[in-house]
Amino acid sequence: MHIWGWLTMSEKILEVCNLSVSYGGIEAVKDISFDVERGEIVTLIGANGAGKSTTLKSIAGLVKPKQASIVFERQELVGRQPNFIVKSGVTLVPEGRRVFPNLTVKENLKIGAYLRTDNLDADIEYVYGLFPRLKEREWQLAGTLSGGEQQMLAVGRALMSRPKFIMMDEPSLGLAPLVVKDIFSIIKTINKQGITVLLIEQNANMALQVADKAYVLETGRITMSGTGAELLADPRIREAYLGKTKSAIQ
Amino acid sequence: MEKTNKKSLVYALAAILCLLLAVSLLENLNLWITVPKWLKPTSMLFTVLKKGAVYSLIAVSLNLLNGFTGLFSLGHAGFMLLGAYTYAIFCTPIDVKTSVFYKYGGSSVNFSFVEMYEKLFGENMLSVSLGVITAMILAGLVAALVAFLIGLPVLRLKSDYLAIATLGFAEIVRALFQWEAPFWGKITNGANMIKGFPKFSDFNIKGANGQVVYYMSTLVPFLFAGACIAIMVLIIRSTHGRAFKAIRDDEIAAEAMGINLAKHKMLSFCTSAFFAGIGGVMYAMYTTTVQAKPFTSALTYEILLIVVIGGIGSVSGSCLASFLFIACSEWWLRFLDKETVIGSFRVPLLRDGFRMVVFSVVIMIIVLFFRRGIMGDKELPDVMRNLGKKISQKKLKAKEGATDENGTEA
Repeated sequence: MHIWGWLTMSEKILEVCNLSVSYGGIEAVKDISFDVERGEIVTLIGANGAGKSTTLKSIAGLVKPKQASIVFERQELVGRQPNFIVKSGVTLVPEGRRVFPNLTVKENLKIGAYLRTDNLDADIEYVYGLFPRLKEREWQLAGTLSGGEQQMLAVGRALMSRPKFIMMDEPSLGLAPLVVKDIFSIIKTINKQGITVLLIEQNANMALQVADKAYVLETGRITMSGTGAELLADPRIREAYLGKTKSAIQ
Repeated sequence: MEKTNKKSLVYALAAILCLLLAVSLLENLNLWITVPKWLKPTSMLFTVLKKGAVYSLIAVSLNLLNGFTGLFSLGHAGFMLLGAYTYAIFCTPIDVKTSVFYKYGGSSVNFSFVEMYEKLFGENMLSVSLGVITAMILAGLVAALVAFLIGLPVLRLKSDYLAIATLGFAEIVRALFQWEAPFWGKITNGANMIKGFPKFSDFNIKGANGQVVYYMSTLVPFLFAGACIAIMVLIIRSTHGRAFKAIRDDEIAAEAMGINLAKHKMLSFCTSAFFAGIGGVMYAMYTTTVQAKPFTSALTYEILLIVVIGGIGSVSGSCLASFLFIACSEWWLRFLDKETVIGSFRVPLLRDGFRMVVFSVVIMIIVLFFRRGIMGDKELPDVMRNLGKKISQKKLKAKEGATDENGTEA
């Protein structure tokens, strides 16, 4: 990094170059490049099947890309095992929450810190501080929690690995508007504490409001990028993702 | 949290000690007082206790794989066979071997752990125990090593496919150990049985005139099984165990949390095979002979049935179910096999084999009424605690009811 970039704290934490992923001949992601700066909230928005989840999964090492260079803190991640990637400070909150239903809330949190060997008590208290509801449910099986609580648990579980960079795959999926608001305020809180966030959303309105930078993915390609506010004001975005017709804009 | 953990550990240890003491006392009662028929050392009760202890170890080891890691494997009979044969080959005394292996002109393994220790410590209980334990560990290691080699290709498969592959493995192993080739027969004795190795009754302490002074033959399987199950419980409660459960619940999420799937599946598979091998040794000690014939897939199904009845994912459930299963199939339902005449009335249907018909119906009823097994995925202490809570609540309610009545009276 240039010394200037370092001084202004706008260091790139993640650089994705020419990422292509295909599932048995069908190209889900076609040669996309983007980067994330330290301390930002970056969002990828797009319709179903645009390749958002695939992008996150390939960063987390769950999907092998056809070709790519993914550099996190000057370290190449392509070809690495997921456990190496988690250890280097990248964590994923998977789509649809995917908490472990037959484990208690506390066990779920402990699994999140699986690769750590130090004392977890302080971190568990930190997560309970963010989500007091989880403390009440400490001994309950995660499968018996409500959808919103499960999403909180999924985020808390990801935080237990002490990530520098957290990726969230549609945290608002299937949740009531009020709960979505809570989740987004938590995302902002986490970000203020110094964790960089990469957010995938179908709820473009909410996502663009909190994002410092946003990319629009369409059928595997990045078609637009800009700051959250810019894209929020862009008529094309408003038409395609915010459900507002041209006449309504005029 | 830590405190309650320690407390429950102490309780568990105390309970196990009490159980062992009770078993030992029950077994030796006939030495001190005259006992009814069912407490004689040859009684069915002790057969059931021995076999139940052996089966609970095997069932828990299968549960570790099927219930806690979610890998549906049906190769347990194969691992048991490997353990049993390793034990028989390395623990049968050399002079016994020459007569047992007469068809092949003696065994090519002229070695026995028991005799090795006897040279060191003399012919006593210590060298027999040490020999048995060493052979047991070796048997477990052989089973675990084979599991590792099989696991490399097979663990890439999931659910039903894994079950089919492991089932095939077990059948291949059984066929291999029935192979009558001359060089191979010198090791495995072909399809013939191996016998003459130490068995449970060899642990009975005998006086000078050959009379038994203290019975150990039921206590020993309980000791071995208890130690092995305790180790497995410790594994399940460690971080590794938590990782196993996470893999069972959601593989993708577990991988995203940084759990190495291949490594943990292999770890679980090998641990399970290790204890299945030791279970095989105990099975051999119980049956007193080793032959490849009984290690069919039917044996695996029997154990799988115990795991399902006890509750998939419950250690104490597996133990409880194995004793109930063995008692039912070997003891309590025996009367159904005998033709019975009451007065001049001959009870219909009661003849040889009817026991198994009734037994199948009993199993069906159990599965119908306990969908998730006797214990579900809970452990005995949790169930007891819940029961205690319920009873105290009922008592409280009864008390409240009583005071209400008093109030109205006044």
